[in-house]
Amino acid sequence: MNSSSTRINYSALALVSTWTGVLVVFSFWMSRQAYHWLPVQASTAAPLVDGLFSFETALATFVFFGVISVMAWVVIFNRAEKYDMSDAEPIEGNTRLEIIWTVIPALIVFGIAFYSVRVNQKLAVLGPMEHIHRGDPIEEVGGFLGDRLPAEQVEVTARQWSWQFNYPAAKVSSTELHLPVDKPVTFRLVSEDVIHGFYVPAFRLKQDIIPGRAINLNLTPTREGRYRLRDSMYSGTWFSTNQADVVVESEAEYNSWLLQAASQPLQPGLSDAVAEYKQRQAEGARGWPTVVPAPAPMVNVPGSNQLPHNG
Amino acid sequence: MTLASYDPRVLKSNAPVPGAPDNWKRFFSFNTDAKVIGIQYITVAIFFLLIGGLLAMIMRGELITPENDLVDRTVYNGLYTMHGTIMLFMFIFPVLNGLNNLLIPTMIGAPDMAFPRLNAVAFWLVPIFGVILISSFLLPGGPANSGWWSYPPVSTQNPLGNLVSGEGMWLTAVALSGVSSIMGAVNFVTTIIRMRAPGMTFFRMPIFIWTAWAAQSLQLIGLPALTGGAIMLLFDLVVGTSFFQPEGGGDPVLYQHFFWFYSHPAVYVIILPVFGIFSELFSAHSRKPLFGYAFVALASFAIVFLGLIVWVHHFFPSGVPEWMRNLFMVTTMLISVPTGVKVFAWLATIWGGKLRLNTPMLFSLGGLFNFVFAGVTGIMLATVPIDIHVNNTYFVVGHFHYVIYGAAVMGIYAAIYHWFPKFTGRMYYEGLGKLHFFLTFIGTNLNFFPMHPLGLMGMPRRVSSYDPEFTFWNVVASLGSFLLGVSIIPFLINMISSWVRGPQAPQNPWNAIGLEWLLPSPPPAENFEENVPTVISGPYGYGTGKPLVENQSAYENQSLLEA
Ligand SMILES: [Cu+2]
Repeated sequence: MNSSSTRINYSALALVSTWTGVLVVFSFWMSRQAYHWLPVQASTAAPLVDGLFSFETALATFVFFGVISVMAWVVIFNRAEKYDMSDAEPIEGNTRLEIIWTVIPALIVFGIAFYSVRVNQKLAVLGPMEHIHRGDPIEEVGGFLGDRLPAEQVEVTARQWSWQFNYPAAKVSSTELHLPVDKPVTFRLVSEDVIHGFYVPAFRLKQDIIPGRAINLNLTPTREGRYRLRDSMYSGTWFSTNQADVVVESEAEYNSWLLQAASQPLQPGLSDAVAEYKQRQAEGARGWPTVVPAPAPMVNVPGSNQLPHNG
Repeated sequence: MTLASYDPRVLKSNAPVPGAPDNWKRFFSFNTDAKVIGIQYITVAIFFLLIGGLLAMIMRGELITPENDLVDRTVYNGLYTMHGTIMLFMFIFPVLNGLNNLLIPTMIGAPDMAFPRLNAVAFWLVPIFGVILISSFLLPGGPANSGWWSYPPVSTQNPLGNLVSGEGMWLTAVALSGVSSIMGAVNFVTTIIRMRAPGMTFFRMPIFIWTAWAAQSLQLIGLPALTGGAIMLLFDLVVGTSFFQPEGGGDPVLYQHFFWFYSHPAVYVIILPVFGIFSELFSAHSRKPLFGYAFVALASFAIVFLGLIVWVHHFFPSGVPEWMRNLFMVTTMLISVPTGVKVFAWLATIWGGKLRLNTPMLFSLGGLFNFVFAGVTGIMLATVPIDIHVNNTYFVVGHFHYVIYGAAVMGIYAAIYHWFPKFTGRMYYEGLGKLHFFLTFIGTNLNFFPMHPLGLMGMPRRVSSYDPEFTFWNVVASLGSFLLGVSIIPFLINMISSWVRGPQAPQNPWNAIGLEWLLPSPPPAENFEENVPTVISGPYGYGTGKPLVENQSAYENQSLLEA
């Protein structure tokens, strides 16, 4: 940095470019690894989100290790000798360099923002951006997949602390969410008490459920399996247990599940909170007073949340 | 140690002089000396750091296994709420105000703060709302348990129905903390604008002063929103209004706007002064001028401006229209530009320097390492589609703790070690300091790195039990937290024993440039008294040989008196 600017230091140039090359390769490798840090991809949104995450992992790796390399170099080679009390060469700045490191990050940021806005728009076309209804009945929801495929309608009711899924067309209710693979579905999200979060990590989608509103969420599952639905917005004492399973299955399996479910009598659905609360009362509570859990919803099919899941 | 070895001006002052008769009593009184108040703030803050850290370790004890088996769920929820609240309102803001009190007057050559009595009132509110907060543990209903965000409606559920509830005390404490911080901010900003030594133009101010000014301006703009939101929520809770209650036509998301309009900038209130500390320390301990001083100074206000228009990124999944998601994503990402300017400037500062890897420098380098990591995960969080996936998961918790503990707290430790000799008049023990650094650095990364994979896998934050696939990284994080608990021990031993019987500090042990280093250690009550120096050059003239003030040797010679 302090050598005269007219003479090019070739060995330094070779060192810097080699190291930059190593970092580029490493960053690329990390961007491949990034996919393994995420759950399985089970919706049309997931590959878009993961692609963006992989891209940003590459950038992040390059920036982080680039900065750390400079710090490591300085710490190893620029330490003062033990009794050297002198100062270093006083370089107070370099306007051109400062402009470069303002402008280049700004360009990179605009690049990321541009890419992200496009992914946002694609996700919006797929339908995960919600439509909010205040008080008035639910209305037609914007197109997804670019056309007017009839979407499965599922009403989701979140409570302290259980999830209830109603299939109005089939007149079925459940505490386990069943969805047909590769078919768009529209959820109507309602909360009866506090804010909850509808979050299925394998779908990469999350929507807060605000009491007093009905919020529509659209998505298309793409992979058969059993996944976790988790409450993502802190909702009180048994927040952690407010989970349900999402079963994505073939359309045939789905239809036969609906048919079978419709014939089942109503029975108490799953609510871990109700069970824990009962135990807590019997044992004598150790903690502080709590909101009493809502009774387990009466549904045709309780389902299970104890089976092994894929993500 | 005899009194005779002190500068005579020190003895006639009411400043804390180690070994001088009764000096400790000043710390328990309504003292208006900013240097006393600074040490009061820092001591109280570290006391609450211990409490907040203890709560965190109990939480990590619960989370070392998937099942809920250590504390009742209600207790866990109270613990995590109070951990966040104590760490932010009782530790980090007070400790920064402590540094502001010590450094602002001495760095700009002012005798004290602009409003010394207001300053003392602002401080004494801290133990008052601290007691309110802690005593809520004793209520039959327990303390607040809806997180440090305290989102309605869950925060206004009051199972016992008592008028005095943990949540009510929490809101009272937060409102009082807001009042105290506003008092502090008025004082700091006025002092910086009005009380600089002759010749200290804005562009001759140390970067710490720039960042303190920027941070305190954010306090003035943002705090009314938080304090107003807290008071409205208190009305909802106690009087039954429905500002935020859907049954009464209120809007719970409105609270989130109030809360984050302040609480996002709050992160910059915390990190900006730490940027100031990094700027001071990197240049002093690598013996080079700060690279690109003017850019670094102005970047602080660019961060203030952008920091005010990003708050919606905290609730992208909360029913926010798409144009808002895109807009706030772009503003959030843009903050990385002025922040990047600072990071590159620090790298260019240490590049080719003559580094002295003492404790303050190690903490600064470690803090920068963690900050860069937090920066790259911050860009990911700003990206709406990624944020939708990881919002309210441990990824956010990991990112946040890298900023707050990894960067800010390590920067604060760096500052405490760097200026300890100046304000106590004693040297600390370098070996213990380095031990503290290595334990903190390893503990921080062990504790907070695992939270990123956990969040990517989909583990929600604030849970008291979790699915077994999350066990491995949780065990690592818990071990890291216990190591962090241990790391505080050498720090406390070092601070207490050095202050009581450490070797006497010279006037300028680091050979650093700055008005505070022209004062005796510790400085007398009125700092420069009648002999306020006239500043004749910019702040980081390392290696230039330029004097900082007129007649500099007269000020430096005071060290002879002490030696
Ligand atoms: Cu923020």
